[in-house]
Amino acid sequence: MGAGYPQCLAMVRGFAKAVAANRDYLTDLDAKIGDADHGINMDRGMTAVLPKVAALTDEDISGLFRTVAMTLISTVGGASGPLYGTVFLQLSTSLKGEVDVGPSEWAAAVTAAVEAVQSRGKAQPGDKTMVDALLPAAAALRQHSEQGSSLAEALAAATKAAHDGMEATIPLVARKGRASYLGERSAGHQDPGATSSWLLMQAAEEALAKGN
Amino acid sequence: MKKLINRAEDVVREELEGFAAAHSDRVKVSLDPYYVMRADAPVHGKVAVVSGGGSGHEPMHGGFVGMGMLDAACPGEVFTSPTPDQILAATKAVSGGAGVLHIVKNYTGDILNFEMAADLAKEDGIQVEAVVTNDDVAVQDSLYTAGRRGVGITVLAEKICGAAAEAGRPLAEVAELCRKVNSNGRSMGMALTSCTVPAAGKPTFELAEDEMEIGIGIHGEPGRERRKLATADEIVELLATTVVDDLPYRSGDKVLAFVNGMGGTPLIELYVAYRALDRFLKGRGITIERNLVGPYITSLEMAGMSITLLKLDDEMVRLWDAPVNTPGLRWGV
Repeated sequence: MGAGYPQCLAMVRGFAKAVAANRDYLTDLDAKIGDADHGINMDRGMTAVLPKVAALTDEDISGLFRTVAMTLISTVGGASGPLYGTVFLQLSTSLKGEVDVGPSEWAAAVTAAVEAVQSRGKAQPGDKTMVDALLPAAAALRQHSEQGSSLAEALAAATKAAHDGMEATIPLVARKGRASYLGERSAGHQDPGATSSWLLMQAAEEALAKGN
Repeated sequence: MKKLINRAEDVVREELEGFAAAHSDRVKVSLDPYYVMRADAPVHGKVAVVSGGGSGHEPMHGGFVGMGMLDAACPGEVFTSPTPDQILAATKAVSGGAGVLHIVKNYTGDILNFEMAADLAKEDGIQVEAVVTNDDVAVQDSLYTAGRRGVGITVLAEKICGAAAEAGRPLAEVAELCRKVNSNGRSMGMALTSCTVPAAGKPTFELAEDEMEIGIGIHGEPGRERRKLATADEIVELLATTVVDDLPYRSGDKVLAFVNGMGGTPLIELYVAYRALDRFLKGRGITIERNLVGPYITSLEMAGMSITLLKLDDEMVRLWDAPVNTPGLRWGV
C-alpha cells in the first residue's frame, strides 16, 4: 500500500503548515549565519502554493509537485526558491504517471531530487546546506526500500536521518551560500536550509505514511 | 522596529509605485512581475543591460535605469534575489535584438535565479551573456566559500557597460568590458550599526556601542571580524590597505575611488573618509583620476561605508564620463 494523490496533497499542505509554524525559528537560524530571511521567504512561497494546489482538479501527483515547484520558483527568491523549486520539479519528473507511491518509488524520487539540488547548487555533503539533511534521508529511504520495509517505516527512518543530518550541520564550517562568508564563525549554528529540509521529510512522513 | 513604512509586506511594492510616480520621465515600472525599465525600451539594435538583486540597496539597481546605464533592473524582496520569471520578463521587455547582458552580483541566490532566467530566455531565442561581479576582498578563502561577493564594483560596471552599450558596441565586447571592470576592481566595507529587514522586525545582528564589524556584506550579514571602534583615518587605512594589496594597485596606477555609504552614514562622514583615502592613495603614489562619493549601494539603514577602487584605462575613463541620465546618477545631459 503506497501513497496516492490525497496523501501527496496532504504532504504539501503539511509542509506549508510546518513552515508557517517555524517561520520565526527558521529566520532566527538564518540571522545567525545568513541574512535573516529563510523563514519569511519559505512561508511566502508555501502560502502562495496553497490556493494553487487547491485549484487543481485532475488528481495528478506529478502535476501537483510541478505546481508547487513553479510557484516556489516564482515567489520565494533567494537561493531557496530555485533549490526547493528543483526538489519539487524533480519529484514531479520522477513520479510522472504514478498513482501509488511506495517505498521504492519515493526512495528513487527523493534520491533524484537531492541529485538535482546538488547539480544546481554545486553543494557537497558537509558543506552545511540542505543537502546534509536530504542526502541521509534519501539513503535511509533506499536502504529501507531494499530491505522491503513498509512505506511508514521507510518514511520514519528518512525523517530521523534528516534530523540527524540537520543536527550534524551545527559544528560544520559552511562552504556554500551566504553562511560561507563567515568562515569559522559559521560553526556552532544549525543550518536553516537543512532545518527546512527536515521539516519537509517530516511532512512527508506524517502525510504519506497514512497510505491509501 | 521604527521605520517609515506602512506594512512590512508592502514596502517593495509601495517603493516601486513611488519610484514610478517620481521618475516617469525616465523609467517605466512593472508591478506584476516587479521590474523597472527605461521609458524608451526596447532600444532597437542596442545591447540591453539588465541587472537585479534584493531590495534594500537603493539606489542600486532601479535607480540606475535610464539612458547610458541599465535598460532594466529586477528588484527582489528585501535582501532576497529576484525570481526567474521577473528576470525573464524584464529581459524580454528590453531586448532590442542585439542581445542582453545580465550583470549579476556573486550571491548563491542571484546566480541561481539569473541562470534559470537566462536558460528560459535562450529558449525564447534571446541571446544572453551573464557576467558575475565578485570584488569583495573581505572574503578571503574563495576556494572554500561561495566566492567573493559582488559589491561596489557593480555600480561602476553598470555605468561603464551601459555607456558602451549606448555607443552601439556588440554584446561580446560589452560583456568582455564588464569582466575587465570586475577584474580591475576591489572593495571592502565596514559597519558601525546593524540593520533591520522590515519583515524580520529586529536587527540582523547586534553591535555594541564601542564595536565595529569589518568586512561586512551588503545584506547585514555579519562580516569576518569584529573590532573595537577606531577613528575614520584608521578605518580607511585598514580597508584601503587590504583593497590596495589585493589586486595589487601600484604606484603610477590611475584609479576611480568610490567611497560608498551603507545607508545610515551621512555625507559629512563619507567626506571625512574620502579625505583619508585621498591621502592614503597619494602616499602610495596612486592617482585618483575619477571619484564617486555617496550612498549608491546601501544596506537599508546600516551605518558604515565601503571603499571600491577600479584601475582605469583611457577607454574606461571615456565611458565613465559619457552622458548618463538615471534617477541615481546623472551627468552630461
